[in-house]
Amino acid sequence: MQAKETNPNIDLTEKVISIKGLKKAFDDFEVLKGVDLNLYKGENLVVLGRSGTGKSVLIKIISGLLQADEGDINVLGKDVGKLNSKELDALRLKIGFSFQNSALYDSMTVKENLEFPLVRHSKDMTADDRDRVIRFVLEAVGLSQAINQMPSELSGGQRKRIGIARTLILKPDIMLYDEPTAGLDPITSIEINKLINEVQRRFNTSSIIITHDLTCARAVGDRVVMLLDGQFQRQGTFDEVFATDDERVQSFYNYNFID
Amino acid sequence: MDSDNNKPGNARTRRRYTTTRRLDKMFVELASVYRFIARFFKEVWFPPYEIKEFIKQCYEIGVRSLPLISLTGFIIGIVFTNQSRPSLADFGATSLLPALISVAIVRAMGPLVTALIAAGRVGSSIGAELGSMRVTEQIDAMEVSATNPFKFLVVSRVLASTLMIPALTMYTTLVSLLGGYLNVHQNELTTLTTFFYQVFDAITFLDIIASSVKSVIFGFTIGMVGCYKGYNSSKGTEGVGKAANSSVVTAMFLIFIEELLIMQVINAIRAF
Ligand SMILES: Nc1ncnc2c1ncn2[C@@H]1O[C@H](COP(=O)(O)OP(=O)(O)OP(=O)(O)O)[C@@H](O)[C@H]1O
Ligand SMILES: [Mg+2]
Repeated sequence: MQAKETNPNIDLTEKVISIKGLKKAFDDFEVLKGVDLNLYKGENLVVLGRSGTGKSVLIKIISGLLQADEGDINVLGKDVGKLNSKELDALRLKIGFSFQNSALYDSMTVKENLEFPLVRHSKDMTADDRDRVIRFVLEAVGLSQAINQMPSELSGGQRKRIGIARTLILKPDIMLYDEPTAGLDPITSIEINKLINEVQRRFNTSSIIITHDLTCARAVGDRVVMLLDGQFQRQGTFDEVFATDDERVQSFYNYNFID
Repeated sequence: MDSDNNKPGNARTRRRYTTTRRLDKMFVELASVYRFIARFFKEVWFPPYEIKEFIKQCYEIGVRSLPLISLTGFIIGIVFTNQSRPSLADFGATSLLPALISVAIVRAMGPLVTALIAAGRVGSSIGAELGSMRVTEQIDAMEVSATNPFKFLVVSRVLASTLMIPALTMYTTLVSLLGGYLNVHQNELTTLTTFFYQVFDAITFLDIIASSVKSVIFGFTIGMVGCYKGYNSSKGTEGVGKAANSSVVTAMFLIFIEELLIMQVINAIRAF
């Protein structure tokens, strides 16, 4: 398990996402109880937390899929909660969202999956241009041969890659990865980790990576924050986050490396 | 007021609370149905038009229903004719069979049978498809890629079913009449031309208009119900099953209610 070399391109003066006092409850169940978060340009921020702590809810709020109850959510200078649907769509084009279970359109081939956002947003593109872009992102995720397959014919790891390719195709500034390595074997996980770092370098993105896989956290995170009891309790580099006596943090660490 | 009644754990209070909660839920659901339908009428007029998806759905709903519809329509024509014969024979009026079949099939059975079969086949498949797309976050994925899932999924399907169900109805009616003709021809030796002459003599322009309007409404209902149930399906695998199942049940229920209402209206017009 190798810690990551911090990306030299991080610009700590520019916040691409800035969240203050975010609260979200479902009925009477408070999931997020005042979350503050900054994502700086070019950085990979890992959000750790146990199952059910509201990690997915957090990035769904960032992308406007869910509404916050309270708090300011500022993404690329826009207040997400106050946008009309047109402005929200414009913002969403700059955000890539890789879903926990890939969410590929299973009635379409890989090519049609990748084409789906493209034909709707880059109308001046010719079919040849589209083909070129599709081949480019498929090559970037290392799956050129899968172009005509159906999602049901792909493995979990391949589906994750195609999901990532589908978000890359619109050249996002921000990538949100929801548990990119969940359910994958260790070797495939490492490949996905490499892919995440490569995307950061090659596409110049700022990313939030949600995970409870510490190997992944260490491999991709420039900075790590931990979500506990609805708030961010720890933040810093991977080693800084776990240099504490807090039992909850320690047990999280220990259980991850039992074998 | 006695204090015991105000305790939260008290059975009567609890019952009252559940009742109001259910009522609440019902009105919330009604409001969301209303918003769903309103959104359809708001979005159907403006580009981007998802023409490819619309054509694909027309094929799914229309062409793929043909085998089942043909068989059912044909058999219903034969059976209905055969079962009606004895009662007419009692009055020596079997020569009226074509007229009877015609009125029954064009006015009621054609639209109704088509709609019920489509509710089973089309409604459940739309409900299940959209339901599983909701559960596996494919609808969210469309939304975050700034494409409009409502337009792509809902508008195309509702339009396709509103268009294809009337077409299927016409087809079913014709096939049923053909079944009826075969039976009449076998027993009464009526020729095809005589049969269809009597068939068209028995129905009016109003009948055909009424049936068409009815099947447009049925088609809209089937598409809308399937889409609504699927689009708003609850999370989890059982949400998909529930969406498919309640699409069929709700659509059939609504079809019967609409049939009753429209029948009243048409009869009023006819009497006028
Ligand atoms: N749409 C929703 N409606 C109601 N409750 C929800 C909804 N979405 C999430 N929740 C609840 O919010 C809590 C946090 O959910 P979330 O999916 O964010 O967890 P998570 O941290 O991503 O967990 P996991 O690691 O298992 O994915 C859960 O208890 C869940 O039941
Ligand atoms: Mg999650």
